[in-house]
Amino acid sequence: MKCSVHALFQLKRAFCFLSSRRTQAGRLSVLLLWLGFAGCTAQIPKADLTVLNGPDPQSLDPHIVTGQADMRVVLSLFEGLTRFNPVNSDPDPAIAERWHISPDAKVYTFYLRTNACWSNGEPITAEDFLFSWRRLLDPKTAADYANQLFYVRNGEKFYHGKIADEKQLGLKALDAHTLQVELENPTPFFLQLCSTHALAVVPGRFIGQQGDKWLRQPNFPCSGAYQLEFQRLSDRIRVRKNPHYWDAANVTLETVDLVSCTSPTTAMNLYKTGRADVIWDKFLVPVELADVLRHGPDFHGYDFLATEFMRFNVTRGPLTNPLVRRAFVQAVDKRRIVERITRGGERVATHLTPTGIEHYRPPQGLGYDPNAARQSLEQAGYPGGKGFPRLQYLYNTTPGNERVAVELQAMWRNELGVEVELQQAEWKVYLDLQSKGNYDLSRGSWVGDYKDPNTFLDLFTSHNGNNRTGWSNARYDALLSKANQERDPGVREKLLQEAETLLVRDEVPLLPIYIYRGQLFFDDNKWEGIHGNLIDEHPLSAIRRKGEPQAKR
Amino acid sequence: MYFLKRIAFIVPLLLLISFLAFLLLKLAPGGPFDQERAPASEAIRKNIEAKYHLNEPTWKQYLRYLGLMWERDVASGELQRVNGGLIVGDFGPSYKYRDHSVNDIIAQALPVSLTLGLLAFVFVQCVGIPLGFYTAVRRGQLGDHVGSFFAVLVVCIPALVVAPVLITLFAIKWQWFPPALWGTPWHVVLPVVALGLFFAGKVARLMREGLLNTLQSEFITTARAKGLSEAKILWKHAFRLAVLPVVSYSGPLLADLLTGSFVVEAAFQIPGIGVFMVNSMLNRDYPMTVGLVILYAVLLLVLNLVVDFSYSLLDPRVRYD
Repeated sequence: MKCSVHALFQLKRAFCFLSSRRTQAGRLSVLLLWLGFAGCTAQIPKADLTVLNGPDPQSLDPHIVTGQADMRVVLSLFEGLTRFNPVNSDPDPAIAERWHISPDAKVYTFYLRTNACWSNGEPITAEDFLFSWRRLLDPKTAADYANQLFYVRNGEKFYHGKIADEKQLGLKALDAHTLQVELENPTPFFLQLCSTHALAVVPGRFIGQQGDKWLRQPNFPCSGAYQLEFQRLSDRIRVRKNPHYWDAANVTLETVDLVSCTSPTTAMNLYKTGRADVIWDKFLVPVELADVLRHGPDFHGYDFLATEFMRFNVTRGPLTNPLVRRAFVQAVDKRRIVERITRGGERVATHLTPTGIEHYRPPQGLGYDPNAARQSLEQAGYPGGKGFPRLQYLYNTTPGNERVAVELQAMWRNELGVEVELQQAEWKVYLDLQSKGNYDLSRGSWVGDYKDPNTFLDLFTSHNGNNRTGWSNARYDALLSKANQERDPGVREKLLQEAETLLVRDEVPLLPIYIYRGQLFFDDNKWEGIHGNLIDEHPLSAIRRKGEPQAKR
Repeated sequence: MYFLKRIAFIVPLLLLISFLAFLLLKLAPGGPFDQERAPASEAIRKNIEAKYHLNEPTWKQYLRYLGLMWERDVASGELQRVNGGLIVGDFGPSYKYRDHSVNDIIAQALPVSLTLGLLAFVFVQCVGIPLGFYTAVRRGQLGDHVGSFFAVLVVCIPALVVAPVLITLFAIKWQWFPPALWGTPWHVVLPVVALGLFFAGKVARLMREGLLNTLQSEFITTARAKGLSEAKILWKHAFRLAVLPVVSYSGPLLADLLTGSFVVEAAFQIPGIGVFMVNSMLNRDYPMTVGLVILYAVLLLVLNLVVDFSYSLLDPRVRYD
């Protein structure tokens, strides 16, 4: 007891000493300042290239990530059999040097490069691919993108546990550098799937040793052009060139920073003050300034596969009637939305699948026709909107969405005499309401994973978790399934067009609004190798400083 | 004894806080793994939920979170306590940052918030005290009017407005400091000012009042009568007493600043605790939110305890039994 009293006394003296002496207080604050500066993380040298990447990645695991910003980081670290061509996003040979497709287009034989190595120098083998793809299909991995491998023979059954033996999967390593893949159906976009993050190769042996925490280990083996230098959450990911990458000779940037940023204003500030070289996320462009920025020399606009649309909940009241849905669609003047609100050069859409995909011309859907809209509504039993119940339009809270919602509300009121309430919800609430079908009308969007109409049309099949409209049409499902077994591109196009016509002309469970426009900011006097393309993928390995044609080392 | 009681009380209080946080989060609609791109099949969703035990009843999840749950080991059949849990100081995995645990994230973000808060605290004292002192000494003169106006002005303008103005002027127009991010001492300046200005104004006003009151005391009149120089009276006698209100205000202030500010951290894109706190709630990252709530609670409880304790040291009239 005595001891503690003494200690307290000492403490009191120290406290008085510090607080009463001006000079001591000054010294104390200098000390605090010094501590503060030391506490700021140690200074790091500037990277060769700084990219504003978008939201913080959820993970660096190719089998976990789902967001586009995450995928871009992951694809710099991990690569698959093919990789996206930087100009047109076609599948280029990557770890597979070449491949052979059987005449029935169901068996792919991939020949891997003998010089393809992990960043620790060990060779990448066909066994590594077997491990990676089985891991993607393993229910324990709980991969959102597992269905990318459902095209492989028995892939879906294996995922659902109907087949336990992984040998029954259509995957076989013929030798260390030959991989044979057997598909359920001829899948015209399979090579494109091989470029995506989900099908990239991950280090099996290392994961076996380290378990779930493998990505937290320093120097985990990477198969891509870059390896991780460090990650600071909510700040940046620094990647460094992988010296063992098979194409390392053509990778010129030694270090790249992928900066996490979600505020368009901050992004523009960093870019305009020269602290970032590239903005490659369209959500990092301030909508308010879109008009001005679009005409600047650093702006690069291009088409890519993404559509903004609205879902009808076809299980609710008057919306069960296609005539009512058609009336809602035809009453909307989409031109006003893209010209007055989004203003980023978006194109008005009457169909779900964006234009630009090879071997596919989307059918014209219902356009703006207020007279036809009123007639449809009258036929449905609501002349002039009389007796029509109040519906709600659900959207997630962003200033842009709000303005679109108000515009839509006004159009339906003016053209149809129908009152729609606006219901805004925070992101997770919005997703919850939408996926449980607790809405009448709801905004939505979709970004294509590969250059094929299937990535869009697949959404509205009966059992797709992203359908969310309650719309189910056996003929639509059958047409899509038939199309995906068809090998002749001309016949396949017809089948797909027929299916999409059902979607956007006859049944209309959705209202397509506009096709997004990709937006890139960078100075093309300084940088080259960044291109707008349909998939909106910009491989880091292709980016170089202008006038620096040769690799540094 | 009083302090021992206070310390002992912290544990049940934290349990209650963690339970309430856990429960309230569960009540919010939407889950951590809801995404715009839904898993293509229901089975994928179920697998993810099973992996993080989200398919269990809430009370079970809470016990698991605390680490007070025993499960039969699949292989040996023995009853074993589940790994981790709050009781061993493990806040669990983050649902949003799937490679990181909540402890990892706190270890990264807390030093950033502490640095920012501590520097802002120094800034507040270094600006507030001299300003208050000056305006009190120059009472009724031009210097007082200008200084006091400034103090009232910064108290009226929230960081939400100050931050963009500072960025526009000092980062965009004159380009003296970086507009955002964290890493060098240059990055620290604008956020510290944005965070500290409001409190500096408050401290200045406290200091001014304190000094004006003190200068009317009888002992100051005595000192003047003794013929002491004005400087000596101000510095040696008046200041020590006048600063006391500022000292008592500084405790809660420090707690406030150290726990991070979402507004300032978001405006300058600083990877501090405040940003993680708000985002984790929006992401329904249950373990992260509960973990950060507990961290806040501990910081606030401890700092309040320290402040109360320091009163008893500074002021002999204050006694705790």
